[in-house]
Amino acid sequence: MNNMKTLYAALQLTVLLLASDYLFAQEEDLLKLLGDEKPKKEIVKNAFKSTRVINGHSMEFLSPGTMDFRILHRFGQLNQGLDNFFGLDQASMRMGFDFGILQNLMVGVGRSTYKKELDGYIKFAPIRQSTGTGGFPFTVALVTGMTMNTLDWSDPARKNYYSSRLAYYFQSIIGRKFSEAITLQVTPTMVHYNIVPLESQSNDIYAVGLGGRIKFSKRMAFTWDYFYMVNSLDKNIYKNPLSVGLDIETGGHVFQLHFSNSTGMNERAFISETTGSWTKGELRFGFNLSRVFQLKKTRKEH
Amino acid sequence: MKKIMTLLALAATVNQAGAQDKYFTKTGKINFDATAKNSPENIDGLHKSVTCVLDTRTGNLQFAVLMKGFEFERALMQEHFNENYVESDKFPKAEFKGQVGGSSAEKFSKDGSYDVTVKGKLTIHGITRDVETPGKLVVSNGNINAIADFQVSLADYKIEIPQLVADKVAKTASIKVDCRLAPLKQ
Repeated sequence: MNNMKTLYAALQLTVLLLASDYLFAQEEDLLKLLGDEKPKKEIVKNAFKSTRVINGHSMEFLSPGTMDFRILHRFGQLNQGLDNFFGLDQASMRMGFDFGILQNLMVGVGRSTYKKELDGYIKFAPIRQSTGTGGFPFTVALVTGMTMNTLDWSDPARKNYYSSRLAYYFQSIIGRKFSEAITLQVTPTMVHYNIVPLESQSNDIYAVGLGGRIKFSKRMAFTWDYFYMVNSLDKNIYKNPLSVGLDIETGGHVFQLHFSNSTGMNERAFISETTGSWTKGELRFGFNLSRVFQLKKTRKEH
Repeated sequence: MKKIMTLLALAATVNQAGAQDKYFTKTGKINFDATAKNSPENIDGLHKSVTCVLDTRTGNLQFAVLMKGFEFERALMQEHFNENYVESDKFPKAEFKGQVGGSSAEKFSKDGSYDVTVKGKLTIHGITRDVETPGKLVVSNGNINAIADFQVSLADYKIEIPQLVADKVAKTASIKVDCRLAPLKQ
């Protein structure tokens, strides 16, 4: 009896196998024969159009072998009225070169007209948001940078040290691209001054940044970039920087047009030295222009 | 019990007999070129891991192409291709399912170069269209090299080319297929 059952099952199986071979031969999915491939781990890209949200670093990285040439402009205060053409008569700028080295490593240098300041940084992501097997839901990136003021000494009579020109910043970026439209990131930051004007002031300033974007078309996004200072050099003078803007990607360039209460274009300057107040209308128009060049050929033809 | 074994063996043989007509690759090449006339830069992508299966018995031919696998001369171009043009996150795969006209297993068992017409459905950017193109199957030493060269209108697949880059990106892409197929053993 048991044998009969097995025989019957085997017969059914045989018929099935034969039938499948003939009946579906014309329409079978040949690709299935190769087996389903596991979805590979894939880094989530294009969380932002650029490596900066507006002022601050974004969770985005440059591709290896590329250079991003960045020209930043910050104009005068809008409330200066027509006399100064709403601030456009005054411009402060930073020119910068960023280099993509690895998928998760980039470096950059720049120079700002404000305080004739040089700056440089290294940005590295131990974890990048990725999909597929072994994927991770968000990016963790670390930035360390240095700024160097090259103005003449304010008091040449006293003994001045080279190290007094320097300040440092340390930042971690925790960010996630939630969807094609929405990206959010939090950036705890510390700015360290080697020297501060008054003894009572702290050399270390702690701040937390909140940045994000809402992408509303393939090539345009609304962005915002805010830093809350936990402590500051002087609460009465320095304000929390807030910038809101529009990213426009044209193919070759990314334009980041924005309004902000800050003039600084490196972390030390815009986080700890923003004097404008949004509530008093002390806003400035500004833009970042980014152009990416391919320095190294990465595609192998064969 | 013996009978069962014979039946099972028979079923297996029948299936395997079919398998010998199947050829495949996972490292096929597809190149597309959408460079507009007088464009200062080349808009072309190269894919080196195309999946292709050919059944010489039925003439069925199928391709699968992961869009993110196209490599460009410039990394930024590759990003824009995936993000703005073919929207690879939404439509990760391009597929072709069709037939090689007038093929038969006997024909392709001999070495030689055979001109064929390939007809079928091509899916890119989530849109499926009928395509027909001449191609070539070159048989040598039990392997088959599938070659084709055809044009695709980007508008047919709702791939928009903004006015801003119209002087660089052409309205049609020429697609070159070069897949070396080896016998599929199951």
